Formats: sequence, structure tokens, C-alpha cells
Amino acid sequence: MHDVSLQVGRGEVVGLLGPNGAGKTTVIKMLLGLVRPDGGEALLLGRPAAEPAARAGVGYLPELFRYQPWLTPAEVLALHVRLAGAAVTDAERRECLATVGLAGRGDDRVGGFSKGMQQRLGLAVALVARPEFVVLDEPTSALDPLGRADVRDIVLDLRSRGVAVLLNSHLIGEVERVCDRVVVLDRGRVAAAGTLAELLGQRELRLHLTGLTAEAEARLARTGGVHREGDWLTVAVPADDESVAPELVRALVGLGVSVHAVEPVRISLEDRLLGILREGAADRAAQP
Amino acid sequence: MTVVLTVAALTVREASRRRVVLALGVLTAALVGLSALGFTRLAGESLTSGEARLVASILLNLVMFGFSLVAALGTAFLAGPTLAGETESGTALSMLARPVRRSAFLLGKTLGLVAFGSGFVVLAGLAEILVVGTTVDYWPPSPVTALLLLGAQTAVLLTLTVLLSTVVSPMASGVIAVGLFCTTWVAGVVGAIGGSLGNDAVERVGSISRILLPTDGLWRGAMNAFQDPGALAAFGGADQGAGAFPFLSVSALTPVYLGYAALWVAMVWGLAALAYSRKDL
Repeated sequence: MHDVSLQVGRGEVVGLLGPNGAGKTTVIKMLLGLVRPDGGEALLLGRPAAEPAARAGVGYLPELFRYQPWLTPAEVLALHVRLAGAAVTDAERRECLATVGLAGRGDDRVGGFSKGMQQRLGLAVALVARPEFVVLDEPTSALDPLGRADVRDIVLDLRSRGVAVLLNSHLIGEVERVCDRVVVLDRGRVAAAGTLAELLGQRELRLHLTGLTAEAEARLARTGGVHREGDWLTVAVPADDESVAPELVRALVGLGVSVHAVEPVRISLEDRLLGILREGAADRAAQP
Repeated sequence: MTVVLTVAALTVREASRRRVVLALGVLTAALVGLSALGFTRLAGESLTSGEARLVASILLNLVMFGFSLVAALGTAFLAGPTLAGETESGTALSMLARPVRRSAFLLGKTLGLVAFGSGFVVLAGLAEILVVGTTVDYWPPSPVTALLLLGAQTAVLLTLTVLLSTVVSPMASGVIAVGLFCTTWVAGVVGAIGGSLGNDAVERVGSISRILLPTDGLWRGAMNAFQDPGALAAFGGADQGAGAFPFLSVSALTPVYLGYAALWVAMVWGLAALAYSRKDL
């Protein structure tokens, strides 16, 4: 990891995105004292992350989730409450199991649970000790669509209660729906970061053009990144400047280009993420 | 302290839930039952009281060695999965992300394993002493010391397994620990034979192995406390070949060696705690 800096505020949901091996889980593990960084500083709820006591208010669902198969869910929660040093009543623990869809399964053996049920239990473990900061590493990897919707509701509920949430997920749609801010990691560095509005701020224009001259191509390139598929071109344009599209069309017509169609395109977070990662790869390829 | 006790209690509960207790209980009951049968038949033989004490001493040490081996196997293969296995499977992740020091977590695991392993060997040993006492009326001279030394021997082996399981895979840690336990015992027997033959070089094999891994040293102390003081004389005395017999011990444990064993446990556990604290999970 290099120069990774990020912050999760109370009542804020921050999404971590990036390709496999980008360092998302490593960042989380460094934050929770599970991996030792060579250098740098991390604060958990205002205390140095290296101090075990800093983790008192933290709930964590690991990517590799597994709980003692010889215990019952109720016993797993009781164990984590004790380790967290929290005072949580039995009724609250049962309620926590109900929140994640495990009501009535509190006394079954965890060993008999499916992967999805174990992940639900992992969510309950992350939530049981009244955390102020919740770290969810791929929280829906084993869940069905209903379970994913439950996780979304849980995250939104946490945010409404002022809990800080760091969400690492490959499901971009999930991140787009619940996250206030997104940090994109690539090869151990922050490739992009910002609110969804900032990251998605760029728009695109899809143009069907014929009679394109070199001069017209240069004009298009000056406007923004161009992607060409036959006579169709996609041009990135600034979101905050409404005059760009008419000016571009006027200029192209002035340069003798036939403009058959102009379509505004909204960039999805997925497109934006792929764009960021491809730009990064192209930059690296260009370096000697 | 809460963390240490919580993890220790969890480890003991794991052992009982994983049916290790059941398996050990069945094995122990079988061993105690068979030895009871044997000792009952021995009582029916026309032996002099001295002969009966000698045979009872040797057989008692033999059965106790069986318990040591069962405890070594059981606990070594329990310690591996509970520590290295939890780290590999991810079970440790959510626990160590709590406000828990890794050294406290490791101490809890170690204490739980020691309570389980040493508890087993002490209870099984006590059952055997009662069987021998009631069947052939032989009572060891220092049963408490002997049982405590058996428990200490298990604790030493467990500490080694804990260190190994912080650096190698669950199965490998169990295999290496049990392998070293058996090797040290064999080295101890070889050393004793060397001693009885007056060969210093061979005798040194046992001494060095007892320094490297104190299980055999503690075992020899336990045997000495279990056996009849007259047993050595029956074999011609400590200097005349009795020491070469693998289930008799020529001398009691010295406080210096006991102190060394305690230091060894502290050092090896300290290394384990250091390795575990620096491990990336």
C-alpha cells in the first residue's frame, strides 16, 4: 500500500472499490490491527488503531467469515460481547439475530449453517456490541437477493443512527445505492475518491458523425476523452458546463462534419470505475 | 484478564464439544479397565510383598507413560487446529478485531489447553493410582508430586505445540510436537543406558535432550515419585543397571531442573506470543 488516505465520518457510508488485489481487504486489516503496516498512521474513533482498546467500538464482518462450528449463534454473540467488553442483554442479542434473519435459529449449531446463514451470523457479530464504526468486507458475497436487500437496509439504518460504515464490495450497484463517498483503490494506491456526485459528475455525449476530418477529431479530443466505434463516438464532457454540447455540435458542423445524432449518456459508477482503472493501466503502460 | 479467561473457557469448551473428551474418556477407561484386570490377576499370583511392589511400580509407570502419550497425542492435535486452524480458516479474524491483545488471546488458548491436557492426565493418573492401590495395595510414595509432574510434562509439550502452531500448519505442528516428544523419550532411555554402562558420551544424549525439551526430564521425575524406593535395589541399584530400565527412574527431580523447566515454558511461550503478535492475519 502506498499513500492511502481515507476517512469515514460518523453517519457516513464509505465504499471501497477496486479490482482483485488492489489492497481493499489489506487496508481494512491494517485499520483493525490484523496486518502490520510498515508505516503510516491510522485512527479508530479518535484513538491510534494500534491500541487494542481503539477497537472497542468497532464491528467487523471479515471477507473470510467463519465462526466456531461447535457453538450456537447465541453463544457466538455472547462470546463477542464478552470480548468487546460490552454490556448487551440477552434480549438485545436475540433482536440482533432477528435483524439479520436468524430469528429462531439462535440455539442451532453454527456447523450446520449454510454459507449464507454464516454470513448473516457474521453481520450479527459485527452489530451486536453496539458499534460506532462498522467494517463490512464483502458482506453479501454469499447472500441471496433478499439477503442483499437486508444488508442494504441494515447499512442505511446504521447510517441513520450515526454509525460510521466502511463497505468493501465488488457489487458496484450495492455501493452506488448506499454509499455517500467512494474510494477507488488500484494496486495499493487511491486511484480516485469522492462523493458519488463528484465521481459521476462527468457526463458523456454519444455522437453519430460522418465526414470526420483531422481538424474535427482534434476539436473532439480538446473537449474530452474520445472513444470511437465506427461512426459512433463517445466524448466525455464536464457535467457542470451546459454549453459544451451545443458548442461542440456547432463547431463540428462548422468544420464540415455531418452530425446525424447526439445522445447524452449518464455514466454509471461501474463505467466510471472501469474508466479509472483503464486510465491507470494505460498510464503504467506508457511509463518506460 | 477477562479476555484470557474467556478464551481459556472457550478452548476448554471446544475440546469438550469436539468430542475429544469423549474419545480420551473412552481410551482412558479402556486403559484403566485393562490395567485393573491385569493388577487383579497379579494380586492372585503368589508374589512376595517386595516382588509385588516392584511389579506394581513398573506397571504403574508403564500405564502412566500410556496416559502421557494419549495426552500428548490428544492435546498436540487439539492445539494445532485451535490456533493455526483458526488463523487459517478465518475464525480468529473476527475475535482479534475485538479490543483484544494477541498475547492475551494466546495466553487464554494456552491456559485452556493446559487445563484440559494436564487435567486429563492428572485425573487419569489418579484413577490408575486408585486401581493399583485397591487391587495390589501399592501406593506410590509421592502421588501428588508425581501427578503434578505429569501435568507439567503435558504443559511443556503444549507450550511447544502453541509455538509451532503460530508458525506452521495445524497438522504439521501436531506431528512435530508428538515426534519431538517421542524422540526425547527415546533419547532419555538411550542416555540412561549410557549412564548404566558408564558411557558418558551416550549418557550426554539424554542430558541434552532433557535440556532441549524438558518433557522427558519431568517424566523421569514423575516415574521416580510413582515407583517403590526399593525397586531400584531389586535391579541391583542405580549404578548397576536399574537406570537402563525404561520404566524406572534413578533419581528424583531437582528444584533447579524444575526451575529450568518453568523458565523453558516461559521462554517458549514468550517466543510464541512474539511470533503471534507479529503475524499478519
